Amino acid sequence: MHQHEPNDWKKYVIVLFITSTIFIGGLWASNYFNNKKIDQLKSIEDKISVDLMSSETQFSLMQELSCKDVSTTVLSSELNSLADKIAYSENNMGNDDTNVVSLKKYYSLLEIKDYLLMKAITARCGQKSIFVLYFYKNDKCDNCTKQGYVLTSLREKYPNLRVYSFDYNLDLSSIKAMTSIYKVSDNLPALVINGKVYSGFQSMEDIEKTFPQLESIKKPVEPVKKTTTKAKVTIPVVTPVIDSIKAN
Amino acid sequence: MEGIYAIIFYVFSFLSIYVQIFFLVTFLEKRKKIVKNPDNLELNYYPSVAVAIPIYNAEDTIIGSVESLLELNYPKDKLKIYLIDDGSTDNSWNVMEKFKDNPSIVLLKKENGGKHTAVNLALEKTDCEFFGCLDPDSFVHRESLKRILKYFERDNQTMAVAPSIIVCNPKNILQKAQNIEYDMSIYTKKMLGFMGGIHVTPGPFSIFRKRVFDELGPYRKAHFTEDQEIALRMQEHGYKIDHCPDAYVYTNTPDSVMALYRQRIRWIYGFIKNLIDYRRLLFKKKYGTVALFTLPSGLISILGVIFLSVTVLGNIIKFIYHKIIQIQTIGFHNFFNLDYKFDWFFVSTKAVLFFSIILYILVIVSVMLGRKLAKKKSSFSLTIIYFIIIYSVIAPFWMLRAIYNAIRSKEASWTREIDRRAKPQS
Repeated sequence: MHQHEPNDWKKYVIVLFITSTIFIGGLWASNYFNNKKIDQLKSIEDKISVDLMSSETQFSLMQELSCKDVSTTVLSSELNSLADKIAYSENNMGNDDTNVVSLKKYYSLLEIKDYLLMKAITARCGQKSIFVLYFYKNDKCDNCTKQGYVLTSLREKYPNLRVYSFDYNLDLSSIKAMTSIYKVSDNLPALVINGKVYSGFQSMEDIEKTFPQLESIKKPVEPVKKTTTKAKVTIPVVTPVIDSIKAN
Repeated sequence: MEGIYAIIFYVFSFLSIYVQIFFLVTFLEKRKKIVKNPDNLELNYYPSVAVAIPIYNAEDTIIGSVESLLELNYPKDKLKIYLIDDGSTDNSWNVMEKFKDNPSIVLLKKENGGKHTAVNLALEKTDCEFFGCLDPDSFVHRESLKRILKYFERDNQTMAVAPSIIVCNPKNILQKAQNIEYDMSIYTKKMLGFMGGIHVTPGPFSIFRKRVFDELGPYRKAHFTEDQEIALRMQEHGYKIDHCPDAYVYTNTPDSVMALYRQRIRWIYGFIKNLIDYRRLLFKKKYGTVALFTLPSGLISILGVIFLSVTVLGNIIKFIYHKIIQIQTIGFHNFFNLDYKFDWFFVSTKAVLFFSIILYILVIVSVMLGRKLAKKKSSFSLTIIYFIIIYSVIAPFWMLRAIYNAIRSKEASWTREIDRRAKPQS
């Protein structure tokens, strides 16, 4: 038998070192960008929180103001994608990630606060609004995915439809209080529309049929002139794209 | 479950990067040792060389192959060409007879028994000092033989030298993609050559010292990949195999997905079966690089490609499935009315994405270095993108099929592969 060249163990170790460095670098970069995203979400939530407080303060002052003066630019357009982003982060970092869970709780609280405020403003100013509380769960709920698609599409069609989505299983006392108040069972998905509970999947047609008043808040075909919208109480809605939240 | 999945993903990513870095480090270490043969290369001694062409239903391409051998820049009296008809059912024999008066050519005819039997017949007949094969659909560069033999002259421990295989006149996208793959293997083969880890002496124009066969025995059937088996047998016995990057052999490659699919099933099947046959080599340090690096990395690449591709494909199917459900739920009209906006937030920052980018960069670097070694005009080609896309999509299928066949021991023969082609390659 001939002799093989001696094994270059040093090279095996050097390559292991280089590969490990690259690997750790990749993990670090991933972690770095994920943290950046979490920071971005936190800052959006903080902004929403400030906006909400501002809106609440304005509401308190409403005794002295007329409804048309309430300039509630709460929940800016950035918020529309917030739920999407949280859902995406859930997918990327996992349901159990403490940062994600904390963001989700904060987000849910903001939703509840907005819901209460909007209800009060609507009652006080006689706005035509429809509020949808949507309860879903992440695991084993295909209908929740479908319900998410329906609500996303409805939100697109009726921008003033106020959809608030809540993870039924999120460990947050406020959510538990709401499910208890509205008697939402674990037969998910469940919708609470203007105070009434609808358990199980509701199609677009079902919802549109049950709430013909949706027509009155339908997205205008022609763009509305700025001068006409300025005086209105237009509080952008917490419009989570629930399907994404469920998608996980 | 997801945790296990992520761990497997990381393990494959790590090992795949390790393999590529290993090649790159070897290149950086040995790049000055890459021999550049001069145009007027001369040998100190011109040994006798026998080249066997096993022929099975190759009437359209034999002449080109034989003529390329006859045009080799090598003393005619030192070159013997054996044309072996392995029971062809077409007009191959009649075509071969055109060379019957050429003193350099020996015509042999036998019943069909497989490529290895045809080559072994030539081995029995010859007493030349060196021996090699050429497939009847391949053509040699006129300087290739001298360039290869120079390696034997420089190092008398070298027992076999593999050439650089180049795709002959790639026409369609599939062949261009294969061209890139072959370019990459020029680089990997040369690096393996430096490390003593070559595990295939390709059928087309690998040249051996004849004593290799005298000492180790003739070719074996080896699951229709006799060129892998002989290399492994040589490695087991410590016979040195090198690679000559500028010894070009031009080969016709499959021009359809199905033909490529069949060819690759045979190759991967052969690799798996030979790996099983030679499992005693695995991770034994006395067998050197082939045992510690080449065979494990071959296995990693098969499993890795399958795993990564199935994952990607699974995600694509899942995505499409969700979109279909979405359309079913809200209707076409509402689906297309949804507001889709780009946001950097949704660009993936998963670690696996970084690893994939690094891997793709390393693959592109390998191709470019391979093209440089083969002295191609430009080192970068946009066809690298074809290669990555096409192979990512179809390679997992032939790999899975080859594994399935290996489990069931269902062999795919060379002759059957030719029979299945509508017409032999021209």
